[in-house]
Amino acid sequence: MIPIWRRRTTGAQWAIWAGWLLGALVFVQCGRFISDATLWDFVWDAPAQAGDMLGRMVPPRWSYAPAIVKPLWDTINIATLGTILAILLATPVAFLAARNTSPHALILRPLALGVIAVSRSINTLIWALLLVTIVGPGVLAGILAVALHSIGFFGKLLYEAIEEIDPTQVAAITATGAGRAQVLAYGVVPQVMPTFAGVSVYRWDINIRESAVLGIVGAGGIGLQLNASVSQLAWPQVTLILIAILGAVVVSEWVSAKVRAAIV
Amino acid sequence: MSPDARAVWRKPPFIEAAWLRWLIGAGVALYLAAALGSVELNWTRLAAGLPRGWRFVSSFFTPDFLSRGDEIIEGLTESIAMTVTSTVLGIGLAIPVGLGAARNLSSRPVYLICRAVIATSRTLQELIVAIFFVKMFGFGPFAGMLTLTVSSIGFIAKLIAERIEAVDKGPLDAIRATGASWLQWVNYAIQPQVMPRLVGLSLYRLDINFRESAVLGIVGAGGIGATLNTALDRYEYSTAAAILLSIILIVLTAEYVSGLIRERLR
Repeated sequence: MIPIWRRRTTGAQWAIWAGWLLGALVFVQCGRFISDATLWDFVWDAPAQAGDMLGRMVPPRWSYAPAIVKPLWDTINIATLGTILAILLATPVAFLAARNTSPHALILRPLALGVIAVSRSINTLIWALLLVTIVGPGVLAGILAVALHSIGFFGKLLYEAIEEIDPTQVAAITATGAGRAQVLAYGVVPQVMPTFAGVSVYRWDINIRESAVLGIVGAGGIGLQLNASVSQLAWPQVTLILIAILGAVVVSEWVSAKVRAAIV
Repeated sequence: MSPDARAVWRKPPFIEAAWLRWLIGAGVALYLAAALGSVELNWTRLAAGLPRGWRFVSSFFTPDFLSRGDEIIEGLTESIAMTVTSTVLGIGLAIPVGLGAARNLSSRPVYLICRAVIATSRTLQELIVAIFFVKMFGFGPFAGMLTLTVSSIGFIAKLIAERIEAVDKGPLDAIRATGASWLQWVNYAIQPQVMPRLVGLSLYRLDINFRESAVLGIVGAGGIGATLNTALDRYEYSTAAAILLSIILIVLTAEYVSGLIRERLR
């Protein structure tokens, strides 16, 4: 009797079914939790609400345009200055975190990795919430929030790039009798420069998107106007602001894609 | 080679043309001056804020999980529920969109529609979408779940479509030669090649969704963000620190576990 070919043993098949069952249970339970916290009358009413809102949103109030020029400029500044600040702060952190360049593997490296983890886990908006209570509402809080969250992003991608460099070039520079700083400058930096530039532009692009909403928590930029217009139910203004944000996002994405294509 | 061979070697400049180098330098300097000039600094407010900032930092060493423990647990559960449901729904909806957005599978009109869906879901920031969903569906985690679902669709569909476009052509021809239907073709020729990537992306998105769910509460779309916002409004820094520590802990655990799973898949 020749056994029929099977992909898995019976046990493995049962284990997979059990896994799916467990997953389905978790999903249903989560769904029930959300369903209990929802007022379903509002949900059934949503299409009518959406139609009403869309009806009020057109046409956009073009006369409001001059009022959003300054906020838009602030938004771009928050993203750009925040990115620059993050680059300045994240570069040393990345060199401390990379296994092959860290000066101290037992204390400094875990510390740098911790900084990266904390910075990454906390969303830009949460950083902004904190900073608004500390430095007060305004552009400064936005810049710092963008920078603090981007450190983790930069630090992680950069230190991974540093760990993946070709060690022979470092060895060659070391063999010339170069000092520690010279090895970094001539053996490591040229190898990670393309990644570094690419990641910077990519993050700037993300930060434009993020800084557009920072104003909702008071950290400067066009989000402030968006929030105010929504709470005043000034829908034609909301449309105009959304158009402005979309424009900024599309342009920054285009610039970032062009620059990255030029580098790589 | 320079005429004087003994001249000291110098690093070649990043930008070759000197005038362009100066122009870009001047442009950057001008922009920085303009941008920094438009940042309003209120020194008295800053001075008032510094002790508060210090109080916040030091409260990380004395986090207070207990005095608002119920609210923290409620908020975290809500965040996790939103994360799980929206990721599952997002994957479910992203698969057809991703298939449609892969150039080598779909017809031109379907391709364009699917790409448009992806572009729309990706350009709008989650919080903006959440504001609108809250207006439509009322306050609570339902609006948050929908927001996260929408942005998950764009994210997963785009990356999975790119993976599908890069599949090995051999199995595609082989399965088609057996006379398989379109569904069988996708299931046997494409799905096995794409699966590891899909699982990896889903885990990654689960991670992102949890992080995002922590901020949606700011606009009333449920989750831990509302609790955090309230704590900060009341200047209850110890509670805020406790919430942040919980978020960091959950994010790091999820990252670690998903790293393990991805390692096993490879």
